[in-house]
Amino acid sequence: MTAPLASEPSLWVLFRGQLRRDLKLAFGQPSELANPLAFFVVVITLFPLGVSPEPGVLSGMAPGVLWIAALLATLLGLEALFRRDRDDGTLEQMVLRAQPLYLPVVARMLAHWMVTGLPLTLLAPLLGGMLNLAPEARLPLMLGLALGTPVLVLLGGVGAALTVGLRTGGVLLALLVLPLFVPVLILGVSAAELASSGLDPAGPLLWLAAGASFAITAVPFAIAAALRIGVETG
Amino acid sequence: MSEPVLDISGLRCERDDRELFAGFDLHIGPAEAVQLRGPNGAGKTTLLRCIAGMHPEYEGRIELLGAPVAGERLLFVGHRPGISGLLSAADNLRWHLDLAGWRGADSVVTAALTRVGLTGYDDVPCQQLSAGQQRRVALARLALPTAEVPLWLLDEPFTALDEAGLKLVSGLMADRLAGGGAILFTTHQPAPELPGLSTRWIGAAA
Amino acid sequence: MKYIFDRLRWPDGLRRLWHRMGSPRWFYETTGPWVPWLAAAAALLIGVGTVWGLAYAPPDYLQGDSFRIIYIHVPAAYLAQAGYILMAICGVVLLVWRMKLADMVMATVAPIGAAFTFLALATGSIWGKPTWGTYWIWDARITSVLILLFLYLGIMGLRRAIERPEAAGRACAILAIVGVINIPIIKYSVDWWMTLHQPATFSVTSAPAMPPIMWLPLLLNVLGFNLLFAVSVIQGTRTEVLLRERRTRWVTDLCRQERA
Repeated sequence: MTAPLASEPSLWVLFRGQLRRDLKLAFGQPSELANPLAFFVVVITLFPLGVSPEPGVLSGMAPGVLWIAALLATLLGLEALFRRDRDDGTLEQMVLRAQPLYLPVVARMLAHWMVTGLPLTLLAPLLGGMLNLAPEARLPLMLGLALGTPVLVLLGGVGAALTVGLRTGGVLLALLVLPLFVPVLILGVSAAELASSGLDPAGPLLWLAAGASFAITAVPFAIAAALRIGVETG
Repeated sequence: MSEPVLDISGLRCERDDRELFAGFDLHIGPAEAVQLRGPNGAGKTTLLRCIAGMHPEYEGRIELLGAPVAGERLLFVGHRPGISGLLSAADNLRWHLDLAGWRGADSVVTAALTRVGLTGYDDVPCQQLSAGQQRRVALARLALPTAEVPLWLLDEPFTALDEAGLKLVSGLMADRLAGGGAILFTTHQPAPELPGLSTRWIGAAA
Repeated sequence: MKYIFDRLRWPDGLRRLWHRMGSPRWFYETTGPWVPWLAAAAALLIGVGTVWGLAYAPPDYLQGDSFRIIYIHVPAAYLAQAGYILMAICGVVLLVWRMKLADMVMATVAPIGAAFTFLALATGSIWGKPTWGTYWIWDARITSVLILLFLYLGIMGLRRAIERPEAAGRACAILAIVGVINIPIIKYSVDWWMTLHQPATFSVTSAPAMPPIMWLPLLLNVLGFNLLFAVSVIQGTRTEVLLRERRTRWVTDLCRQERA
C-alpha cells in the first residue's frame, strides 16, 4: 500500500477546503442567503412608519436604527450556522478530523461573514440615504459595519456553537449573545453620530478595529471548544 | 503478539446517569477486526464515541498506538452520514480530503466513487440520491487515501445497503486489514467474511 | 497554562491542598463546621452595619436621608461583579484542570450573583426616585449592571438548557470566560456613551469624602455582605455536591447516618 499521508498535511488545504465548502453551501440556497438581507431592509422600512417620516427625526436616529437592524439580521442567520452540520454529521467529522480545529472554524466564520456581514455593510449606505443619514456619516457607518460585523458574527458564533445541540436554541441564543453585542453597537453608532455632527469618528473606529483584531484571533478558540461539547453524545 | 493498535483497559462508562459497562478491556492488534455485539442499549455506539473522544463521561484508559487517541489517526463512521445533502458527492468527498489537509489530486475522488459503484453521480446533490446511494457516498470515505489510518470505527456500516453494497464494504474493510489497519465495528446483520475477525460481546451477554 | 502551572515549583503543601480541593467530598466535610460561624458573623455585621447606617449615621448634606440606600446598594453592586469574576475563574479551573468542584461552585454562584445583581438594580432604581425624580434612568452605572444581569441570566439559561451536567458545566465555563472579558469593555463603552450623550450625573462615590461616622457602617456592611455571599456559595455548593455525588458510596452512607 502507498502512504500518501506521509507528506505533512497542509493547513492551507484545510482552510481553503472549508471555506469553499461553506460558500458552496451558502450559494446553494439563495433564499436563505437573501432572507437576512430582506429582513434588514424590512425592519428599516418600519421605522419611518412607526416612529416618524420627518427627515429631521429620521436623520437623528438613522445610525442607531441601521445598527440595530444589522444586529438583528446577524442574529437571524446564526441559529442555522452549525445546526445543519450537526444534524448530518459533518460537524462531528470536522471536530474529529481537523487538526487544528481553529482553522476550519475561522474559515466557517469568514464564509458566514461574507454572506451576511459584508452584504449588510454594502447595503447600509443605500438604506442610510432612505433614512436621511447625513452624507458625511456614510463612510464611517460603512467602516464601522465592516469592522463591527465580524465581531458580531464571531461572538454570535460562540452562542451558536454553545446552543447547537439544544432544542430551545433560538431564544436562548439571543439572550446569550445580545448583551455581548453592546460595545460593538455603541462604538458603531457613535462613529456615525460623531461624523454626522461634524466631528472626527476615528476614535470609535479605531476601537472597533482593535476589537475586531482581538475577536478574530481569540474567539475562534472559544467556538472550537464549544463545538467539541456540541458534538458529544447528547 | 505485536503491539496493539487500540488498547482499552478498565473502561467504565455512563450515559444519562446509568452505568453502561464497567471493567471493560479490549485490545485490537494490527490487521485485526472486532465485531462488537450486544442488545440494543448495551452501549455499543457509546463505546465507539468514547474511543473517538466524543463521550467524555468515562473512566479508564483508552490508547491508540500507545498514545492518547487523536482524531486524525482514526476514521469514524457513525449513524449520521457525515455527508451534506446539499452538496454533490464529489464536493463532499473533496471536503473530507481537505479536512485531513490532503494535498493530492482530485482524481482520487472519482476513483472512490467508482469503487462504491457511483460512477457518474459526481455532481448530483446527495439529497437527490436514494438512501442506499447516500450510504454509499458516506462509505466512499473508506476508499479515500485519507482513510489509511491505524483505526476504523464503524457504527452499523451495513445499514441500508443491498447485497452488492455489503460485499463492497467488506471488501474495503478487507483491504484495510491487509494494509495493517485495525477495525472495530457494530452490526446487527450477519458479519461478513473477514480475515482476523473476532466477536466481542458487550452489555447483558458479556 | 496548565503546562506552565505544572512546571512551577510549588511547595508540597500547596500542591497537596490543590489536589485535595478537587475532591467534592473533602470540600463537603471541611466546610461543614464553617457554615454556622460564617452565617452568624454575616448576620451580626449586616445587622450592626444596617441599623447604624439607617438610624444613626448623619444624613447627607445634599441628598438627605435617601443616600442611606448605599449601605445596601454598594455591597450588592460590588458582589454582583465579583460573583461573575468568580464564575469565570471557576470556568478556567474547570476547563484546564477538569476539577468537578469548580463546576459545582460555578453552578451555585450564578443564581446568587444574579440575585445580588437584581438587588443592586432595585436599590439603584429606588435611590433614583428621590435623586432624579424617576425610577429608571439610563445612567451608565445602572445600564452596565442591567447588562450584567442579562449575562447572568444567559448563563443560567444555558445551564438549564443542557441536559448533561458535565457538558453544561464546560459550556457555561466558556460563556463565563467570554463574558468576563467583555464586562470591562461593556462598562467602559457604556460610560463613554453616556458622557457623550448627557452631562455627567453626580454619583454616590464622587460625593465629597465621607466622614468616618458615615463610611464605617458601610465598611461593616461590605464585610457582612461578603460573608453572606461566601456562606451562600458554600452552602449551595455543599447541596450541589450531595446532589451530583448522590450515587457514590460516601453520600449514601451519610444519608443512612442522618436517617438513623
